[in-house]
Amino acid sequence: MKKLIGLLLVLIVLYGALITMLPPRAIGQNNFNLARRVGQYGIISLGAGVLIVSGGIDLSIGSFIGLSATVLAVGIQRKGWSPATGIAAVLGLGAVVGWIHGMLVTKAKLQPFVVTLCGLFIYRGLARWYGDDSNAGLGSEHETFRRAFSKYEFAGLPVEFWYLMGAVVVFGVLLHRSTYGRYLFAIGSNELAARYSGIRVDRYKIFAYMLCSLTAAFFSIMFLADSNSVQPSSTGSLIELYAIAGAVLGGCSLRGGEGSVAGIVLGTAILFVLMTTVFVAGVSDKLEYTAIGLTLLVGAMLDEFLRRRGTAVRKA
Amino acid sequence: MLEAVAVGKSFPGVQALDGVSLHVAPGEVVSVVGENGAGKSTLMKILAGVQGPDVGTLRLDGQDVRFADVDAAQQAGIVLIHQELNLAESLDVAANIYLGREPRTAGFLNLVAARIYDDAEVFTRRLGLDCSSRTRVSSLSLGQRQLVEIARALSLRSRYIIFDEPTSSLTERETARLFDVVRSLKADGVGVLYISHRLHEVRELSDRVVVLRDGKNAGDLKREEITHQALVQRMVGRELKQFFHRQHRTGTDNSQAAPLVEVRDLRWSPKQRDGISFDVRAGEIVGMAGLMGAGRTETAEALFGLRRRASGTIKIAGREIAPKSPRDAVDEGVALVPEDRRAQGLVIDFSIRENISLPSLERMQHLSLVDRRAESTLANDSCTRLAVRTTDAEKAVGLLSGGNQQKVVLAKWLARSPKLLILDEPTRGVDVGAKADIYALMDQLAGQGTAILMISSDLEEIMGVSDRVLVMHEQRLAGELPREQLTEQAIMHLATGGTAS
Repeated sequence: MKKLIGLLLVLIVLYGALITMLPPRAIGQNNFNLARRVGQYGIISLGAGVLIVSGGIDLSIGSFIGLSATVLAVGIQRKGWSPATGIAAVLGLGAVVGWIHGMLVTKAKLQPFVVTLCGLFIYRGLARWYGDDSNAGLGSEHETFRRAFSKYEFAGLPVEFWYLMGAVVVFGVLLHRSTYGRYLFAIGSNELAARYSGIRVDRYKIFAYMLCSLTAAFFSIMFLADSNSVQPSSTGSLIELYAIAGAVLGGCSLRGGEGSVAGIVLGTAILFVLMTTVFVAGVSDKLEYTAIGLTLLVGAMLDEFLRRRGTAVRKA
Repeated sequence: MLEAVAVGKSFPGVQALDGVSLHVAPGEVVSVVGENGAGKSTLMKILAGVQGPDVGTLRLDGQDVRFADVDAAQQAGIVLIHQELNLAESLDVAANIYLGREPRTAGFLNLVAARIYDDAEVFTRRLGLDCSSRTRVSSLSLGQRQLVEIARALSLRSRYIIFDEPTSSLTERETARLFDVVRSLKADGVGVLYISHRLHEVRELSDRVVVLRDGKNAGDLKREEITHQALVQRMVGRELKQFFHRQHRTGTDNSQAAPLVEVRDLRWSPKQRDGISFDVRAGEIVGMAGLMGAGRTETAEALFGLRRRASGTIKIAGREIAPKSPRDAVDEGVALVPEDRRAQGLVIDFSIRENISLPSLERMQHLSLVDRRAESTLANDSCTRLAVRTTDAEKAVGLLSGGNQQKVVLAKWLARSPKLLILDEPTRGVDVGAKADIYALMDQLAGQGTAILMISSDLEEIMGVSDRVLVMHEQRLAGELPREQLTEQAIMHLATGGTAS
């Protein structure tokens, strides 16, 4: 709880700083853009976060988004799929890819880092092959699809933000109220004890990988609706790092067993408010990554400091 | 002389030590006993420089000393040998002994001098460690590893060596050798502080015993005053009428009843010559004795679906079960309280409530949502029933003492009302008071018709609690002893490879 209040304070301070630097008439547009990006990235951070809570990791999120967006664009534009078919196809693809990751981790006993690093390369290559390494988009057609996943607004905020709110409810209940969430925390904290308690550990781990890849597939749908242009060789590149950064900044421990939905959303919001602030403050935007890196570092150091104080108490 | 004078140490919310004093002279063996949470480990850590005291002083040969860290304490000649050994398993024996202070050679190249191997063997041979100093630590047994740690202490020219529960995972033979080592250290003028829960060890080794209770001194006993009764009395501050009180259970004589659990020809490795066969009746507590590595834990793992069976059948209430995972076993009414509480029994970051409900969560859900109220009720009732000493069930289980943690592990399984309850070393690292509670609970469960299989290395425990004892030796069942024939000699005879007469 203290962690969440701390994150909220950081967010308020950063956002306050951002507001004071902006000309008043730009604030509205700025808020709108921020809400869109936080909406899009928050969803994959939730997927990555749930996986991290269970003790897993997925480095292939970005590449998979590239593949999924390519399949969706190429399918609709060149193969004449309806958007609904395309959406079903990429969500199905996400489920399958996540299932494969989970099977490789649980049954073949490979390290999650290795499995998804391989995925990172494989999906990028597949994206370029399937998309013929050329840009794909929807042109001026499929307005309904684009409205549904990006252009629609409600209460002055973009639809992506409302998707995130929906995801927060779903993931919040899942992680913090359901047996699934309890098992994922147990597995992430002490997999052996979870197994010894009669929990079907493998099943829940596979489930977490599937959720993560599904959110990535959903991101690719929002991405195509928003940008209308997919480059198979670069779309989604490095996005896994944003997803992981948001989750970690929000209090997920890569050791597993720790994290919260509220924290993950706050972490993502901090990440994007920070990037905007850096940009508005006139710091060279070339330093954007550096700013993210430093923020994460400070966050990790603080977290470690608090954790040690915590264990000192526990050892007593 | 090494002294701690009126040492106090508190952690947030806990006064771990409150004005404790203790001294040990060169050539003296002083045991420190007390229930878990009495402050033994904290005191030892302070003496070894792991932590500093809040108040009070340490004195070495009459001089006040303050150790900034473990290194400073080691320089002064004080070494703590931890319960969990701190060795680099992928390095060899000599490299471990000289870790961090390797003699170097070849000038700026800083190569580790080859003589560490010969030097190391001077110490290992003195301790009777019969392996080359080039052996990787990972291939050594626990007892051998401990000797490596002691060799390291010797090579540091330590004048005071602190052992923290050194025998908790040693075999009988390794324990005996450790005692010889302690005696020879004593003869060489090393002062030894010895922490143990095993009172007969304390009685055998010590010149003096210091008893701690709730972070305070609770009595000093000279060699001739050391008796089991006197120790226990000071540790718990009350007289225990009988340490193992085996009640006459309700529904008593089950000896004619059909067995609830039937195990036939159980093997987990094709290399085993004989399969393991035994029965456990409802309401019966069957002890399983044997030395380390005799195959007791493997038997438990095979019954609990953790280990693939190479052959054999398991029947519960006449129905054959074939557990392929703990989940299958749990569904068939088998429960296991595992050997390693922190690694296998508990999610240490979870609260007491969350740990207790973990195996039963599926029974306390509506549409996959956890029924918090049912969960809290279960946790609170369990804490009351098992007398878990805690303020409330929301406390992190890691904050509890070993005995109370073990009660939480038991509570997890009681909620599932198992037909067969397997306990693997149920009271290891558990204090005297909690031990009595655990035995009473086992008794009560047996009275309600649970079949109990208890694995233990503690002969007193085996003899005090069991209705019948199975003795394992080298992956097979060496023999079975009914209660009337239980003697330490009879058990050890079978456990060391003797045949049933």
